[in-house]
Amino acid sequence: MDWVRAAFFGGLIAYLAGAAAGVAGYRTPRLARLGTFGCALAGALLEMTAAVMALAQGGAAAWTVPFGVPLLAWTVRLNPLSAYFNLALGILAAAVSIYSFGYVRPMEGRRNVGALGFFYNLLLLGLMAVFTAGDAFFFLVAWEVMAVSAYCLVVFEHEKEETRRAGMMFLIMSHAGTGLLLIAFLLMAQASGSLDFASFHGLASTLPAQEQGLIGVLFFAGFGVKAGIIPIHVWLPAAHPVAPSNISAIMSGIMIKAGIYGMALVFFDFFSAAPVWMGMLVLATGVVSALLGVLYALMEHDLKRLLAYHSIENIGIILMGFGAALVFQTMGHNTLAGLALVAGLYHTLNHAIFKCLLFLGAGSVVHGTGTRNMEEMGGLIRPMPVTALFFLIGAVAISGLPPLNGFVSEWLTYQALLAGFGITPLLTRVVFPITGALLALTAALAAACFVKAFGISFLALPKSEHAAHAHEATPSMLAGMGILAAGCVALGLGAGWFLPVFDPITTQALGVRISPALTAAHGFALAASSAHAGTVSPLGIAGLLAALAVLPALLWLAWGRNGARATGAAWDCGQPGLTAANAYTATGFSKPIRMIFSALYRPRREIQAEYEVSPYYPTAIRFESEIEPTFEKHVYDPFRDGLLRIASRLRTVQAGSIHAYLAYIFVTLIILLLLGVRG
Amino acid sequence: MMAALFKVMAQLVLLLLLAPLVSGFIKTAKARLQMRRGPGVLQPYRDLHKLLRKGMVIPNTASWLFSATPYVVFLATLLAGLMVPMVAADTPVGLVGGVLAVVYLLGLGRFFLALGGLDAGSSFGGLGSSREMTIAALAEPTLMLAVFTVAIGAGSTNLSQMVAAAIGEQWRFLAPSQVLAFAALFLVLIAETGRIPVDNPATHLELTMIHEAMILEYSGPYLALIEWAASIKQLLLMALLINVFWPFGLPAGWSAGGVAAGAGWLAVKLAVLSAGVVLVETTNAKLRLFRVPELMAVAFTLGALALASTFLF
Repeated sequence: MDWVRAAFFGGLIAYLAGAAAGVAGYRTPRLARLGTFGCALAGALLEMTAAVMALAQGGAAAWTVPFGVPLLAWTVRLNPLSAYFNLALGILAAAVSIYSFGYVRPMEGRRNVGALGFFYNLLLLGLMAVFTAGDAFFFLVAWEVMAVSAYCLVVFEHEKEETRRAGMMFLIMSHAGTGLLLIAFLLMAQASGSLDFASFHGLASTLPAQEQGLIGVLFFAGFGVKAGIIPIHVWLPAAHPVAPSNISAIMSGIMIKAGIYGMALVFFDFFSAAPVWMGMLVLATGVVSALLGVLYALMEHDLKRLLAYHSIENIGIILMGFGAALVFQTMGHNTLAGLALVAGLYHTLNHAIFKCLLFLGAGSVVHGTGTRNMEEMGGLIRPMPVTALFFLIGAVAISGLPPLNGFVSEWLTYQALLAGFGITPLLTRVVFPITGALLALTAALAAACFVKAFGISFLALPKSEHAAHAHEATPSMLAGMGILAAGCVALGLGAGWFLPVFDPITTQALGVRISPALTAAHGFALAASSAHAGTVSPLGIAGLLAALAVLPALLWLAWGRNGARATGAAWDCGQPGLTAANAYTATGFSKPIRMIFSALYRPRREIQAEYEVSPYYPTAIRFESEIEPTFEKHVYDPFRDGLLRIASRLRTVQAGSIHAYLAYIFVTLIILLLLGVRG
Repeated sequence: MMAALFKVMAQLVLLLLLAPLVSGFIKTAKARLQMRRGPGVLQPYRDLHKLLRKGMVIPNTASWLFSATPYVVFLATLLAGLMVPMVAADTPVGLVGGVLAVVYLLGLGRFFLALGGLDAGSSFGGLGSSREMTIAALAEPTLMLAVFTVAIGAGSTNLSQMVAAAIGEQWRFLAPSQVLAFAALFLVLIAETGRIPVDNPATHLELTMIHEAMILEYSGPYLALIEWAASIKQLLLMALLINVFWPFGLPAGWSAGGVAAGAGWLAVKLAVLSAGVVLVETTNAKLRLFRVPELMAVAFTLGALALASTFLF
């Protein structure tokens, strides 16, 4: 009995059953909710089991599922890389499914819960199939299942204009990306004579240089649309926030990682050594995405859009690792490439977990207050203490602060970039430390952004009635978040013991077992390819912080015991009483950044004050501030307008005359025949 | 094990006791340079003692985070201090973290301090938090560039290794890359410790303040912890600068004689660096907030030049 296979197909069937439950429970929302999310939870657990067992075995498993049609058999390939992404998907799907029991409940009777559950299961199924597809045909089929079900989930609240627009943009860009992938896969298939991924292994590097470049760029752009790299990111901050929050969590947590999976597949499986410029391209894209992602996030006061922009930032950080790995691999430094690849892949999992946690937290806030606008929140730490704690854990983790998981993967990324300086005598090596410095800038801006996100939403006084009457999330929602928060802690403190998971992946991709070089003191500390190059121990940091806590305790015993502790009003600048209007707003908090980077943002603001006696005593002030959407205005709008102009010209050939159409067909046939004769 | 514990204890005592003295020394020296008498060198100790004994007022709008913040800031800063070589190249907890961990632990403290500033809901706290996070973000890339420049030379981000490499070449601090990196880090030191021309540590209520605005609502023992942490942060950044760039007289290991000599040298070098800080503070006016990015851009350029010159020389 092959347990991996049993668990894998068990998970698959559970997702299918979940989808079926959604259809069956079309008219009974309660059953639909319990059935769909229950099945999804079972599927997630089975999928996780399969992934863990496959990683433990280390080798690649492949099974073929015949469909009874010749030439059409579905090849499932569960190699270490697939298993790793399946593990991430399983963890997230389990947490989100548990969360959804409570989150979806108020929708019963008001919205179509059956449809939500149906597409949710379908999305998970599609993702699972993407991560395990063994040939190009089924990969693209699974890719489309994923994209279409995601579209249906994005437009779930379709009565809003904003949602429909976002959904349409998502659909168009997603399909443009799929088109690029299709061309790239066809080029690969032409070279290998087969659609099987096994035949693509290392193949791309044997092709002529121009074709290599073309295939690499097509794949990078095609997968990049899904991953949300800048400049092809514009759908992401539009589509992720408008979906229900449990769906946003899956989309931002793992669906964009399908793009990352695709890139890993192409660059470390199809290519055996990509050209150096391609690694540099990936690295540069990573830097741009990370920096612009966080800078745009800082300007947001919609909590979910802010998180969506941070997804772009973190995809950038992942790509820094990938880009460095590509350059190192091509230059023959496989151990360093292993370090960089592990940094990227570890950040992939870490980001999946804390971003999912943060989106679920945002979902609880929206659930509790009914608004996504941070300016209407404030003081939520009192009505929603547990959500606040989990959100804080996520915020610390995503800011890359020790001892949580974000710190570990950023540390590995820094070490990979630093190591890059030593590998080449060329001036290009200066790129690596500069990238590291920009990563530092990104991380510090991310910390500023999460001080804003947490501080404005959860601290100070409530800024609206909604916030004052917010309610805590239900136990199942808290449980879902709790699992992920525990994951942030465990993947931080236990990083040294988690790294061997990457051994089968790096062995497969680069032929090196990396974990012995990356751990010191039996896993207690992490090392940067050798203990000499630097070590860090998140567990040691946490332990020492706890041990040092003795000191303040001693100080308190020695002096502080006698001091009285009173509560009083905070300094209100002489105004009578502190109100919510005194507190900083999200817009105010990011004002210095907006002014410093005004060349990028091109901010526009408008102030109108009404007064009766003197302008110093206004009776009402209207303030409006917005930043220029650079990419939409300078790239997408001209492109769209041009496309529409060409389309309206072309309309003349579609005159409505059947004779003309017949003539077109005839002429086309002749041309094709001529081409056929010549070829 | 016992030896390691002893080293940790020794460095803890050194950090806790020396940090207020450095702050006091800078304050007194500044006063003298401005022809004032100024407070005594020991004034920070008296302040801490007084604050620790006092009662405190917690804003009624604040949450538990307000109370947790001083502890997080104090502990994170102290742990970062343990990772920096002070009197010997060998740091007590080198395995637990190197220079990246130091930077990020300081970041952890800052993160919570900024949240503490927002927690009370007053305008000043938010103002300070917003500015502190902005300036820290601008200083961060320079800090990393300068650190990378040194780390690349040493082939390690472990501070013991970095300092040991510096000890190996006593005159290396005169190399162009090291001079430039030192200058960049010195500007970061000014920015991170909230000194003129970036921030004014001597003011408590004016619209230009940054750090003091953020901690405006803290009082009593909490304020003592935060002030102490601030002086420890200043000491550890100075020690970092000193031991990485001017390592002469620093012993490699923890022998009794070596440590005594190392402590003596540390005192001398701290005095010299403090004098530099005092000179900068006295001869400059505070910059407008929106001129600070320009200063940070200068620092970043210095860092980038430092990096480029490791390549050229």
